[in-house]
Amino acid sequence: MIALGLTFLMPLAWVVSTSLKLPGQVFITPIEWIPTAPKWDNYFEVFRRLPFHLFIRNSFFVSIMGTIGMVLSSLTVAYGLSRLRWPGRDFVFTVLLATMMLPAVVTMIPVFIIFKEINWVGTFYPLWVPAWFGAAFYIFLMRQYMLTLPLELDEAAKIDGASNFRILWQVITPLCGPAVATITIFAFLQHYNAFMEPLIYISKSEMYTLPLGLLWFKGRFGNFWHLVMAASMITILPVIVIFFFAQRQFVQGAQFTGLAGR
Amino acid sequence: MSAAQRRDLRDGLLFTSPFIFGVLALWVGPMLYSVFLILHKWNMLAPPRFIGAGHFERMLNDPLVGKSLVNTAYYTFIGVPLQLVVAFALAVMLNQQIRGLSVYRTIYYLPSITPAVAFAVVWVQILNPEFGVLNEVLHWFGLGPINWLFEPGWAKPALIIMSLWLTGFQMIIFLAGLQGVPKELEEAAEIDGANAWRRFTNVTIPIISPIIFFNMIIGIIGSFQVFTTVFIMTDGGPQNATLFMVLYIYRNAFELFRMGYAASLAWILFLIIMIFTGIQFFFANRWVYYEGRL
Repeated sequence: MIALGLTFLMPLAWVVSTSLKLPGQVFITPIEWIPTAPKWDNYFEVFRRLPFHLFIRNSFFVSIMGTIGMVLSSLTVAYGLSRLRWPGRDFVFTVLLATMMLPAVVTMIPVFIIFKEINWVGTFYPLWVPAWFGAAFYIFLMRQYMLTLPLELDEAAKIDGASNFRILWQVITPLCGPAVATITIFAFLQHYNAFMEPLIYISKSEMYTLPLGLLWFKGRFGNFWHLVMAASMITILPVIVIFFFAQRQFVQGAQFTGLAGR
Repeated sequence: MSAAQRRDLRDGLLFTSPFIFGVLALWVGPMLYSVFLILHKWNMLAPPRFIGAGHFERMLNDPLVGKSLVNTAYYTFIGVPLQLVVAFALAVMLNQQIRGLSVYRTIYYLPSITPAVAFAVVWVQILNPEFGVLNEVLHWFGLGPINWLFEPGWAKPALIIMSLWLTGFQMIIFLAGLQGVPKELEEAAEIDGANAWRRFTNVTIPIISPIIFFNMIIGIIGSFQVFTTVFIMTDGGPQNATLFMVLYIYRNAFELFRMGYAASLAWILFLIIMIFTGIQFFFANRWVYYEGRL
């Protein structure tokens, strides 16, 4: 059990250790796992060589905008699918389930051409605007959660004369905390980790997100393993921080996902 | 229709309108548009030229299409079962009452949520034949060295080995499923004299079979569309051994600007994935157990 744990930990441990070494120490075998005199300056060197502060800013901008859109759209659409009764609802829900399983590759090229036609190629819009229309999986997750809330809540509010908008924002949303938290985390990571979309849509280097920046860094300074590993660590670190602050949401998210399987 | 019903319909459509618009603009529209692309030759500079079924004739004469299909199938049909086995085994282990559960959970889970670019960059170094950690570990056992990403025969296994390191998300889903298996059922089976293995195969597996099915469907759909890791780690090499479908589609579209041809390849891959998903659903009722539907 411990051996297996260490095996899984090894790549990450190796990144950390290599990122703190002098160039000469990197290729010594057997590997020195804990570098004597860790060289923290490697991390600053990364910022001196390429504008990683811009990549971080871009990544966070896209991820935050995408996440806000994903949370708002999930709440709104899930409300329509779980708390309102109207003809056509089941049809929309069936479409939703279907898009969950459609492979995205089929739309990659036509969507690119559409974004090109509206002059969005080279902007951040293609990276975060689609989230505002919702993604099937997150809507589904939110719907399942909303179904567990008693309908009497809505009815009581309706008798008081509240509109559906008010019921959604003032009655239902405050009760959806766990689902909102889970969607926030997953949507953020999804946008933060995205690679193909920025690769296709972003060309100016000052607009690079972290994944593109890291790739650029590797292309230019690939021989300096200690710096490449420091740059990788800079890219990974926010994810690790988020994970440690939101472990519960991660596990919860998986439980919700498991429910989706049933 | 009464006024109340009309209002319900209006609000229903209103609240779901972001999704309805999204489906039309980002799914239905593009899919119809790609039918146009399939029938035309277009490099995005000159106007599109109608060529009918020309792209499909071309595919038959393009050796890289077959090559990338075989590579993708290899990666999927060898990789996904192994991923499921590893993820499931890890989940079963974590489901025992062990010390430090949350530490192990973190260790197994963390790789799967790191940015693909970052771990791809890292694994290129790990798989380095001369200085990589993996060969060093093999060396302890008197094995290797293996030329991992530089040898056509080893490149796909190397990528599959790496994918096993990324099964944390599936593991967490399995773990949640295992924790939901009712204790009474296991106890009842124990009273009936079933040993641990029988309890596992005859109680636990059927109960969580929907979750196995879910992980399998998602795993296969994802695996057919693998892109980032190969793009960064091998760029399809050596000798096209890791040229997967999506990488080939990407190259045709965004490096060679053959928009029509790329869209046609994407449709082929789309149909293949849909067929395999359909086959799995067809066979699902033979082995997937749903509560309340005996």
